[in-house]
Amino acid sequence: MTTDARGVTKRFGSRVALRDVSFSVAEGELLAIIGPNGAGKTTLLSILAGILRADAGQLSRPPREVGWVPQQPAVYGKLSVRENLRLFARLEKVADPDAVVARMLEQTGLGDRADDELGTLSGGNRQRVNIAVGLLADPPLLLLDEPSSSLDPRQRERLWEFVDGLARRAGTAVVFTTHNVAEAERWADRVLVLADGEVIFTGTPGELRAAEIEGGDATDFEGAFVRFLRERGH
Amino acid sequence: MSSLRWLLLKDLQILRRSKLLVALLVLYPIAIALLIGLALSRGPDKPKVAFLNQIPIGQSVTNVGGKDIDFARYADRFFDAVDPVRVRSRAEAIDKVKSGDALAALIIPADTVDRLNGGLGQARVEVIYNGDAVKQSYVRNTIDAELAKANGALSSTIRDVAVTDLKTLTDGGEITTPLGSQRLLGLRKARAALAQVLDTLPAGSPERAAIAAVDDFANQALIGLEFATPALNAVSKPIAVRATVLDGSRTPLDAFAVALAVAVSLLFIAVLLASGVLALEREEQAYGRLVRGLVSRSALLAEKILLAAVCSALVALVMLAGIGAFTGVDWGRFGQWVIAVFAGGLGCSALGVAIGALAREVRAASLLGLLLALPLAFLALVPSGAVAVGVYDVIRVVNAAFPFKPTLQALDAAVNGAHPSLLGPSLHLLALTVAFGALARLALRRF
Repeated sequence: MTTDARGVTKRFGSRVALRDVSFSVAEGELLAIIGPNGAGKTTLLSILAGILRADAGQLSRPPREVGWVPQQPAVYGKLSVRENLRLFARLEKVADPDAVVARMLEQTGLGDRADDELGTLSGGNRQRVNIAVGLLADPPLLLLDEPSSSLDPRQRERLWEFVDGLARRAGTAVVFTTHNVAEAERWADRVLVLADGEVIFTGTPGELRAAEIEGGDATDFEGAFVRFLRERGH
Repeated sequence: MSSLRWLLLKDLQILRRSKLLVALLVLYPIAIALLIGLALSRGPDKPKVAFLNQIPIGQSVTNVGGKDIDFARYADRFFDAVDPVRVRSRAEAIDKVKSGDALAALIIPADTVDRLNGGLGQARVEVIYNGDAVKQSYVRNTIDAELAKANGALSSTIRDVAVTDLKTLTDGGEITTPLGSQRLLGLRKARAALAQVLDTLPAGSPERAAIAAVDDFANQALIGLEFATPALNAVSKPIAVRATVLDGSRTPLDAFAVALAVAVSLLFIAVLLASGVLALEREEQAYGRLVRGLVSRSALLAEKILLAAVCSALVALVMLAGIGAFTGVDWGRFGQWVIAVFAGGLGCSALGVAIGALAREVRAASLLGLLLALPLAFLALVPSGAVAVGVYDVIRVVNAAFPFKPTLQALDAAVNGAHPSLLGPSLHLLALTVAFGALARLALRRF
């Protein structure tokens, strides 16, 4: 089932943070939302997650069908990995919390650290628990807000392999924001470019590169992206 | 409800693993509470006073109007208020004061008894002070108070002797003077004798007029002496005190200190815990995840209030039980203790979540909680009359707007049976719980 957002608008006072944003993401698809700082990426994800309410527009999925993974791990440092997962599984009211926790421990490869306090884990492992919490209710749509921003290259690679596996094997639709456009090019099926609250491009990374290929370096996707923004006045 | 249960369980797990934090959270308020309680319930130690009695041994007893007055007995009373350091000379007394071994010296001169006994004028004692202004003031007040008591006791004894002598003067009998014992006829008997003589004299007799004048003088003397006894009572104790408490606590200071110590602990634990656990949800980034459908904002606040109220109330009950093991608290009022500590815990915890929601960070919330709790505790102890009327009105409003004073009143009523009764402060605390809960809910909009 496709997830749709239609005409989403959000204002903070007189400032328009999002203006008539529409897009869709299919089952098993990875959609990257990229754009400069203040473009409205986190606001859009927060609306999709049900944390913020849109002033206008429609969403095809209620928040309970959406898994949300905030930028900073939203888990408790004094609880163990297992306790964190069990707490959120119970709050999500999943049918068999212990079975779901065991499955997530296996999926994230954290079974051997299950009884360690979260505060003692590395940033990468904390982020894996953070993602696991977002997946507890087995949501058809997973939102990731800059999931790799605090990770080293090796941890980033493992994280994206895990997320890619989710989309490919489990058919989870994944929408993520990132500042790392190379990461978007490598892992996303499509990219959505957001600037000043408006969608200025939707398509595959190849289509974005093609839109800026003339006069530019064909191997530099980040350079193409920056020129693309500049040409459109951002 | 099940969400509340899991959140409560989670917070208790976090607290169980934060041993140092919990220890500080419990020990710090208890230490403050005990210090305040001790300061209120017991005065400072007796001051050390060098004491020199120069009255020769065996001559401390004098006889006033046939009644023995023993100065040693008055000295013993004086030692109830001071810690005497006995010295043998005036120079040694001065050395003790100079060296700081004693805060003051009290010297009773050798002629004290003779002055009282022989009408040489007022008896005098000498007091020598040293130390800073505070110590001087303290020891001076103590000595003045004890000397006033001794003067009062002496004047009562002398008054009793004078009243007895006046009665002898009017009704006749034995009277003792420095010249020895004498038997007096008395004014009433003298008038009776004069009346018998007047009856035997013829009307118009010149002796009759003279004797009538003497009789008239005796009559006027009798009337005058009738007023003398109450006048002597008034002179010996000019002002008597009849105490009536119109409002406020009738609780003895020791018992009030128990309620105060427990209330201070309750306030600190509830405010710091409630504000801390709410702010922690934001610091752990978990708040957004929780309120996107897992638990409502109001339920989250209710859980934090309940957690802090239960924890603080349990510590308060343990404190009361601990104090009760060593003092004479009434265990029959245990049910009221429970109501008071839970009502106080709810009110103070609601204040705590409001602080946590406004401060948003654990450290800022803790600092704000401390900054607010200490003045609240002290403002609740400011008595009327200690400050200007306008200032006191402001203090009353502040005390009514925050939960410490009603918590103190509820505990005082529950533990000591003080006025006002438990119901009023409990309802007040429930109203404050709702008000601060609503304030916290508003503040969560920008949490």
